[in-house]
Amino acid sequence: MKQFMHDLLLVAKKDLRIEIRSRVIINQVVPFAILVLVLFGFALDADQKTLRTFSPGLFWIAVLLSLLLAIQRSVSLETVNDSLTGLKLAGLSPVAIFFGKSIAIFTQIVFLELLLTGGIIIFYGSVIEDPALWVVAGLVTALAVSVTGTLYGALASGLEVRETLLPILLLPVLAPVLIGATKAYSGALGETVSNGWQWTGLLSLFALIAATLGSLAYGVLVEE
Amino acid sequence: MNVIELRGAMVFLGRFPALAGVNLTVESGEIVALQGANGAGKTTLLKLCAGLLPLGSGSGKVLGHDLFTEQQSIRRSVAMLGHTSGLYEDLTARENVIFWAQASGLDKATAHERAENAIRRMGVEERLLSLPVSRLSAGQKRRTSLASLTVRRPELWLLDEPHSGLDQDGREAIDSFIKEVVGVGGTVIIASHELDRVSSLSPRVITVAGGIALENEDQ
Repeated sequence: MKQFMHDLLLVAKKDLRIEIRSRVIINQVVPFAILVLVLFGFALDADQKTLRTFSPGLFWIAVLLSLLLAIQRSVSLETVNDSLTGLKLAGLSPVAIFFGKSIAIFTQIVFLELLLTGGIIIFYGSVIEDPALWVVAGLVTALAVSVTGTLYGALASGLEVRETLLPILLLPVLAPVLIGATKAYSGALGETVSNGWQWTGLLSLFALIAATLGSLAYGVLVEE
Repeated sequence: MNVIELRGAMVFLGRFPALAGVNLTVESGEIVALQGANGAGKTTLLKLCAGLLPLGSGSGKVLGHDLFTEQQSIRRSVAMLGHTSGLYEDLTARENVIFWAQASGLDKATAHERAENAIRRMGVEERLLSLPVSRLSAGQKRRTSLASLTVRRPELWLLDEPHSGLDQDGREAIDSFIKEVVGVGGTVIIASHELDRVSSLSPRVITVAGGIALENEDQ
């Protein structure tokens, strides 16, 4: 267990250090996510009341689109110079690699959620009425999309058409997460009377199943 | 002691037999050169010996571990330098070497100590250690890669085209490193197109062609 945690934290810290160093998240992913929020505002040509109503869905679509960039980046770290072979030869547990990479993506998504929360408050005039629900649903959803994204990133990593195939494979799988997270955030913003905590419970179940399946399948996928 | 023992080893990439029945024995402390055309099976043979590809049929042992059942044990005792550097471009040379030391299970203090020793041994220039790997020359990257592998203290070295893309100094550094590894009891297998170069390092040259390994009798 000690060795597992050592390997997991080593991979997570390495990925995060590279992201901080390269500034891809700050210089590319964050501006992209903010741009998506702003463009939704233009596309809907709506007043703030309409935007507030749709803001939970727009928020999570912006997160999911940005997630694709974060996953592509996470996969490319190991494939550009075939560092994944080195990880295999070093004897790192595939499960530790899976969770290490998931934690790195999770951290980036949480950071992005914080910024986008500021974005919908500023651009759409949203007001968070249940901050606890907002935080818990945000963390659980970030976990669900991170572990699912890491798994699908590994699935697509050996393919030459990875960049175009990954969204096609991943987004349909994350559709239930999008629905659940939107319902939970609608509740947290007081836009609907939906029971946000029940949706958060369902999201937790999705995250648990995805983490379990991911930890079982990741080793097989990276060996192929 | 035999470091590698392969008998009728076959490896399939899909349905294609990339290795079609290789018989090979390598003893401890040997330098063995593999030569052959592109696609002949040299890299596949190295990957099989590293435990990175499954043995399709036949039998094989590497460092006493069975290739069918003990791939993980083989991997931990083998270093493989492939066509790519295996380094993270946005980390510095020093950070890379320390990372790979820690990845092999060493604690932080030991990893730092071994990394500094490996960096010195491989002659990575001090002024370059704090630069991202993306800004290093091909030669310095190769030295950093070797330093990253050295920290694990492997018993078997599998080098795939180690001289490619290097200038004369870099090539000589690789040759010195190989001699040093063998001097301390290590075993090295080199896949290369540069027969003259590897012949000077090793009296034993094996030609790989069509997925079969043939000992060069005239060496």
